[in-house]
Amino acid sequence: MHLMYFTEQPMSAYPEAEGRAFGATALMFSNRHFDPAAGSRLYNEYLEDYRLAEAVGFDGIMLNEHHNAPFCMQAKCNVFASILAATTRRVKIVLLGNPLPLADNPVRLAEELAMIDMVSRGRLVSGFVRGGGQEQLATGVNPAFNRERFEEAHNLIVRTWTEPGPFRWEGAHYQHRVVNPWAVPLQKPHPRVWIPGVLSKETIVWAAKKRYPYIALSTAIEATKKIWELYDSVAADAGYAGGPEYRGYLQRCHVAETEDKALENARQFMWMQGEFTGLAHPVWSTPSGYFSPSIRTQFVEYAVGRRANPRGAAFEDQIASQMIVAGTPKTVIPKLRRLLEETRPSILGFWAADGFVSSADTRTCIRLLGEEVLPALREIGKELGLWSPFEANAPVSMAFPESAAPASERTAARHPTPLEVS
Amino acid sequence: MSTSAGTWTTETIPIGGIAMQLTRAGNGPPLLVLHHDVGTLARLPFYDALARRFTVLVPSHPGWDGSQRPDWMRSARDLAAVHQWLLGDLAITRAPGTVSVVGLGFGGWIAAEMATQAPRAFRRLVLVGAMGLKPERGVIADQALVSYIDYVRLGFSDQSAFDRLFGAEPETSRLEHWDLNREMTFRIAWKPYMYNTSLPHLLGGIATPALVVWGRDDRIVPLECGERYAKALPRARLEVVEGAGHFVEMEKPTELGELVTAFVSQGDA
Repeated sequence: MHLMYFTEQPMSAYPEAEGRAFGATALMFSNRHFDPAAGSRLYNEYLEDYRLAEAVGFDGIMLNEHHNAPFCMQAKCNVFASILAATTRRVKIVLLGNPLPLADNPVRLAEELAMIDMVSRGRLVSGFVRGGGQEQLATGVNPAFNRERFEEAHNLIVRTWTEPGPFRWEGAHYQHRVVNPWAVPLQKPHPRVWIPGVLSKETIVWAAKKRYPYIALSTAIEATKKIWELYDSVAADAGYAGGPEYRGYLQRCHVAETEDKALENARQFMWMQGEFTGLAHPVWSTPSGYFSPSIRTQFVEYAVGRRANPRGAAFEDQIASQMIVAGTPKTVIPKLRRLLEETRPSILGFWAADGFVSSADTRTCIRLLGEEVLPALREIGKELGLWSPFEANAPVSMAFPESAAPASERTAARHPTPLEVS
Repeated sequence: MSTSAGTWTTETIPIGGIAMQLTRAGNGPPLLVLHHDVGTLARLPFYDALARRFTVLVPSHPGWDGSQRPDWMRSARDLAAVHQWLLGDLAITRAPGTVSVVGLGFGGWIAAEMATQAPRAFRRLVLVGAMGLKPERGVIADQALVSYIDYVRLGFSDQSAFDRLFGAEPETSRLEHWDLNREMTFRIAWKPYMYNTSLPHLLGGIATPALVVWGRDDRIVPLECGERYAKALPRARLEVVEGAGHFVEMEKPTELGELVTAFVSQGDA
């Protein structure tokens, strides 16, 4: 199993009542409510939490990014990935991920990711996402071309990583006279690519065709099973067998010393839960052209308030469906076993706390997960044969059917950087 | 000349690899009507009013209102070129200087682009609340931030006119149309939103007599854009319609019908 720690990096120091009064905290809720002094403190607390996660035994740190919203302070996951590349030494740095359509220069992204891979000595996993609906508006990127830009930027980045330059790129959305960045990834053929998603069938099919692991973001167990049915059938058509090494899952999971404390803190997962990106405004979260045409009817009704959020569910329902798991290590392990038995992922992210959960409680949660929950899950993983892509030496992709490894042992030598020694 | 609107018929015409949808009615000189970004209802009292004097041609912008989407189309000028192609294909509009055009809102922008591409192609040019020019003081309302219903309502000065046409709570099928039309609008005019920075420099070449009409209460495209169109077009005058918003043809069909008919008929024997 590959067990990751994740936080949305909530900007929990903003005035909550103002957000509730405004009604939608993603996109247009004014950044005059952002407190940079609190932001500075929180960024540094989150960095300490990541270091603790490595110390207590997590295999990976999962990072993401969002824009214009208090639910996530990370505006650029490559910034934190760069910091972690230098301040951690063992964990994989798993970006889930860079929102490709928002990039006007994918070659720059390829360069940044190559730098992170080299600084971390080959610990990068480079996931890619489409970005939420609001993010298209926050960055002025045309939602109608979101998927086209996603696929073309991906193709350009992989080519930049794998084909010696210079070459020229004349695409539909990106044109580059000269592609020849002097930073290329340490890992060959290229860093692993994992694709997270919530419900777009198109993304699942795309990932399966590419033979990229798909990371289901906190979907209900039954919905998750349907994702794997689809993934596996596309994989079979593509000529390989799907299975645990292609399956990831992000689990909201808060652990505390007592049940009551865990449940109380787990309610904070509802703090910013609208869609999956903050208190979502029905129009801003679903700009025309962004979502799948197959669900146009549902989304137009949602956009004018005639239908509940297709992605929303009450706290109690989410506890019942295990979209949120909370308890002591003793009570959460059987629930996680059920998840592993029923959906068989080998990659498991722990979204450990959110909202106003205190730094002390967050650190207790990370410690309990590391000391008590992860060892139990590793045993269950062995029993169920849930081998991660690293353990299974799974191929990087359909196009590059070989495992990823640093270019040479010499470059990956274990000399600590000055920052690691601190 | 016929005095009744007669029957409306719809046909598809292959243009540029797509099946363009064209609705028409009436008799008399040809009059092309280009619809808004939000599309158009199949029938409007304004269209009927025009069809009493003209052969009214109402094509769907390709991709709008359920017509075939041209995946390659990227700009207002692409749209303008396709409409010019259509005019060249129809016997009634083929000869230069025979057809007049009425452009509504976004369609007004397309009409202005067509006129810059072919400055002597039209007999008369009418722009109603036309997009296409960057306002100097205000902004063109951004539909990306409001619901389909709120955006269309924003274009009405009198909300009861919206209710009469679409119902107080439009049906889901109407919303799906508006969503599709909005997606096409984004594909064509996402950035810069609803204007072309070169257009003001090209309007001076349009030899066609032009009428610029604006609703006094247009909250989608500021009236200053109407003033700028009237100033930049060599042979233009501005008419402001009181009690109308952006969708003048839906709020004041009789008044706009009379303005257009009188202007387009000028010089007829």
